[in-house]
Amino acid sequence: MRASGTTLVDYLADSARTRRGHVAVEDVPDGMLTYGDLDALSDRVRDHLHYAGVRPGDRVGVYARKSIDAYAAMLGAMKLGAAYVPVDISAPAWRCAFILADCDVRAVVLERSVVEGWRTERAALGELGEGPTLIVLEETGGGQGLARALDARGAVPPAPAHTPAPDDLAYILYTSGSTGKPKGVMLSHRAAVAFVEWCSTAFSPRADDRFSSHAPFHFDLSILDLYVPLKHGATVVLIDADRGKEPIGLAQVIAERRLTVWYSTPTILSVLGEFGRMERHDYSALRHVFFAGEVFPVKHLRAVKERLPHPEFHNLYGPTETNVCTYHRIPDQVEPDRTTPYPIGRVCEQLRARVVEPDGRDVTPGGEGELVIRGDNVMLGYWNLPDRTDQAFLVDADGEQWYRTGDIVTEDADGVFTFVGRRDRMMKRRGYRIELGEVEAGLYRHAAVREAAVVAVAGADGSARLRAFVAMGDGHVGSVLEMKRFSAAVLPAYMIPDQFTFVDALPKTSTDKVDYQRLAGAP
Amino acid sequence: MTDHIAETVKSYILEAFLPGANPAELTDETPLISAGILDSLATVRLVAFLEEQFKIEVAAYEATADNLDTITQVASLVRSKLAT
Repeated sequence: MRASGTTLVDYLADSARTRRGHVAVEDVPDGMLTYGDLDALSDRVRDHLHYAGVRPGDRVGVYARKSIDAYAAMLGAMKLGAAYVPVDISAPAWRCAFILADCDVRAVVLERSVVEGWRTERAALGELGEGPTLIVLEETGGGQGLARALDARGAVPPAPAHTPAPDDLAYILYTSGSTGKPKGVMLSHRAAVAFVEWCSTAFSPRADDRFSSHAPFHFDLSILDLYVPLKHGATVVLIDADRGKEPIGLAQVIAERRLTVWYSTPTILSVLGEFGRMERHDYSALRHVFFAGEVFPVKHLRAVKERLPHPEFHNLYGPTETNVCTYHRIPDQVEPDRTTPYPIGRVCEQLRARVVEPDGRDVTPGGEGELVIRGDNVMLGYWNLPDRTDQAFLVDADGEQWYRTGDIVTEDADGVFTFVGRRDRMMKRRGYRIELGEVEAGLYRHAAVREAAVVAVAGADGSARLRAFVAMGDGHVGSVLEMKRFSAAVLPAYMIPDQFTFVDALPKTSTDKVDYQRLAGAP
Repeated sequence: MTDHIAETVKSYILEAFLPGANPAELTDETPLISAGILDSLATVRLVAFLEEQFKIEVAAYEATADNLDTITQVASLVRSKLAT
């Protein structure tokens, strides 16, 4: 049993002591570090950050491709009692610069290729002065790039010993914000550890397990990918974004790397099943498949399970603000006549869940209502947004705080929750959550766009699609290609609308608001 | 001579990924992947379409923006496969 004072850093210290020579992390195709090496490299990051002026409670940005270098930088920041802030290297530079400025990072570990773009966008945001300390990586992969970047800074003595406390921030993960600006979800060591400990009880990970790391580090699936193996002295295999999108190569990685635990969005599992030529390989090492982040259309789930008959499949549900809070075991045989998606399942044992009316009272048993969650997993709040934080919590008559997920669910007599829909204008697509307002704000950046509205619609196979309605200003003829190109320049790839429809003006309700219901039902 | 391969690829891209687009805007030289018009999932679907339609096999290392960024490039990849 673990003491309640445990942090993510303690997991590394324990595994570095008991599993020193065991491989902690592999980077496909050819990087790897043992626990001893990972501990030593992250110690060096800690020391350099300390002498660069980073102090406990500060934030450290990590703006790099998924790699051992990025992972060691995150661990080094936490060893100092700082929080790491991973940003999406493939997202538009303005968005990354906004995030790093918003949480006022004291240092950034970043790749050479993004330095200029970041500086330009930083200046555009009005951030003047010297800015944070930069540790610039000339290459990323197996950790050598980070080691060289530290070598180049000269030798420093070890930083004074510091032990992060459980309530210290461990990381900030930015998610889509309805105002057009991403918002930072603040998570403590206590929250991360509560989740990792639950995984340990629920799924009995082993020291010889080999975990996939498919999701990017700025996505909360990475918390299971990285820190469950860290606790158990097991191995995590990092799959970078380009390789992760290519199904044939990905199927090969699962088989050849003998992965035992796979965790990804349903989208990537569907693509693997449909296009991965999975029949070519043997996946007998695989024990667990976890999916999260969106509804898994049953047709695709059935197809993947036929290709992967051995592992246990679990649907893991939870927003970034709570990490996984309910889970459901998928039966070994997907019923042949089943078409409705599986439930999100029962609440994780260390948490409590309720289904409430808008005023916070419990719904009548079996009724629809908003799922609210309480327990150690829950975030501390949104960075620098106290009002948004207040709105995110329900305080009940006993003064207890519950996180409002915004998801409408039902609960059956056995305590199994089923997802019904959203309370607001947020959607999940390919596992990413998207505030439709953020997509609209992106489209409004186009000089000729007079009005823009975005709705979520279901594709033919049940997948979520984004449809944009745009009214252009005088004389400007709408062009699908131009809007696609423009969206790609200002929005992350997963927010680019699938379909554009040009209209003279958006339909309005009697109170002169955009009539989203009419748009959602438009042919 | 009309390029049937390029025409087939163009029709597929318009129908599958660019509903409502003006066909005249999509030329054989319009950058697709590098400009964000086709994303990674669309690229996977395009490759599956090419394999099915032309009975060819495209290797993972070939399915990149360097080889598939324009209709001209896609057509020439298909032609090189058909020639072997």
